[in-house]
Amino acid sequence: MSIAKVKRLLVWIPIFIFSLLWLVIAGAPFLFMALSTFKTQFEMLTGGVFALPQSFYLSNLVTVVTGGFWNYFLNSVIVVTISLFLLLMITSFAAYPLSRFKFKFRNTIFSTIVACMAIPIHVALIPIFVMMRNIGLFDSIWALIGPYIAFNLPISVFILTTFMGLIPREMEEAAEIDGCSKYRIFFTIMLPLSKPGLATLAIFNAINMWNEFVFAFVLTQSMGSRTLPLAIWEFQGQYTNHVPLMMTVLTLTAVPMIIAFIIGQDRLIKGMMVGAVKG
Amino acid sequence: MNDNHNPTLSSIRKRSTHIAAAVFLSPALLFLVIFVLYPIINTFQLSTYNWSGISPTRTFIGLDNWRELMSDTIFWRAFQNNITLMVLSLVFQVPFALLLATILDAAGKRFNIFKVIWFLPLLMSTVAVGFLFRFVLDANFGLITFFSRLLGGGPIDLLGHPDRALFAVIGVVAWRFIPFYMVLYLAGYSSLPDELYEAAIIDGASQSQYFWRVALPLLTPVIRSGAILSIVGSLAFFDLTFVMTGGGPSHASELMATHMYRSTFLTMRMSYGATIAGAMFILITTIALITIKLLSRKEKQQL
Repeated sequence: MSIAKVKRLLVWIPIFIFSLLWLVIAGAPFLFMALSTFKTQFEMLTGGVFALPQSFYLSNLVTVVTGGFWNYFLNSVIVVTISLFLLLMITSFAAYPLSRFKFKFRNTIFSTIVACMAIPIHVALIPIFVMMRNIGLFDSIWALIGPYIAFNLPISVFILTTFMGLIPREMEEAAEIDGCSKYRIFFTIMLPLSKPGLATLAIFNAINMWNEFVFAFVLTQSMGSRTLPLAIWEFQGQYTNHVPLMMTVLTLTAVPMIIAFIIGQDRLIKGMMVGAVKG
Repeated sequence: MNDNHNPTLSSIRKRSTHIAAAVFLSPALLFLVIFVLYPIINTFQLSTYNWSGISPTRTFIGLDNWRELMSDTIFWRAFQNNITLMVLSLVFQVPFALLLATILDAAGKRFNIFKVIWFLPLLMSTVAVGFLFRFVLDANFGLITFFSRLLGGGPIDLLGHPDRALFAVIGVVAWRFIPFYMVLYLAGYSSLPDELYEAAIIDGASQSQYFWRVALPLLTPVIRSGAILSIVGSLAFFDLTFVMTGGGPSHASELMATHMYRSTFLTMRMSYGATIAGAMFILITTIALITIKLLSRKEKQQL
């Protein structure tokens, strides 16, 4: 073996050990969660935490799925789908003039929108709660859509504006010379060319909205209008201290996002790249 | 052709651009006005009243709520805890995330499985993470106690102990959010051109020299935005603390946001909750602005 190779190996061995260690730190709680899903309550208390389940015990899954899980799941799907669709529409509308037009207050508007990223949701929480109660949307999933769009807008506009700014201008200029209006250019040229950027935003925001807690907790109350992150609450009320059952709820909640991430991970990093360059 | 020869045409053009810009921007601005701008103003308005949130009447009391806040020991304790969370997050999350991103960048596709598993914590909702760690840190059958027993120790109670609860929560916060900064920095690495690395190595730089002299300076803007996001996030933090300890035991892990939640929705003093929210807004904006100023000044000096 050459000296260079030995040297490289010496560098990589500690790196690899550290990587494995971090793998355990990041993964152990998930293993605990997934294993517990298939254990009975008794097994949980007697066997070791990381012991494999004695049998392929499915009763927890059945209890959770038949115990109202679909209701939360469906609520989450509806809220996330509608909010995401509207958010992407509004974001691309806003990013188009901010990245392509020259007008007086462009930079002011852009920096104001970006500055909104730093606003903590708690500042808006009480007024939005009062507002939803006054217009009768309190305790319904529809109350969540407005806040979800508004609070994910700043970062989305920021990322998409940067993304659109990188698209070459030739096609657009040609269309403009041909007498195309700004509106047609947006729908026929900019929107299709922004698809990769929109895909990133879709993954990024879907994860955020799927897991959102504070607004969902404050703006809804009854089981029928609550979303998935709150399901655990209701189940805990029903089955106090039934650890395997709680872990089953958590596993089922996390699975859709894990699948989404595995499918979209490259897209996600590429999209964050666009945001990262400008900082 | 010179635009000056035809002022009407260019001004018409300008006008139509302005109209189009207004049309395209109006939905976004509308949402921000309704759900961000108006609520902020309304929060400050509410803070001048005495209102439970339920009763139809509310009385104007001027700055009484603000005076109460000044001498509210729980709030200032919570603020201190937020600062602790902020400092420890910066100290632990940013370097670890950078280290993980550097490993992933250097190892490339071979470490893909590491990337997916390292990223997992970020995919779970904070509520799920909070519940999960309530069990993981459980004094009787949790993981920490499990390892302590393995080494011959007794059960360890982290969340129920006043001196440990805050740090236990901060540890979980780091566990959950390190992947976020990791991906951010990884994206920063991918935006550096490959030629840069090749050129540095050809010029005789070692890998560590490449990291310290070439990559790190170029990553400064990303590290800076990561740091600002971390600061703002720590000061407004809520979810995990609320789920894991509720701010307890006896306010040991109280944060401004959990105090605000309790005042508003549990003790039903909505106007006082609005005062806390308003104070959070002022404190967070001030700290964020100071940080941005300091960081950008440093960068100018380097140039």
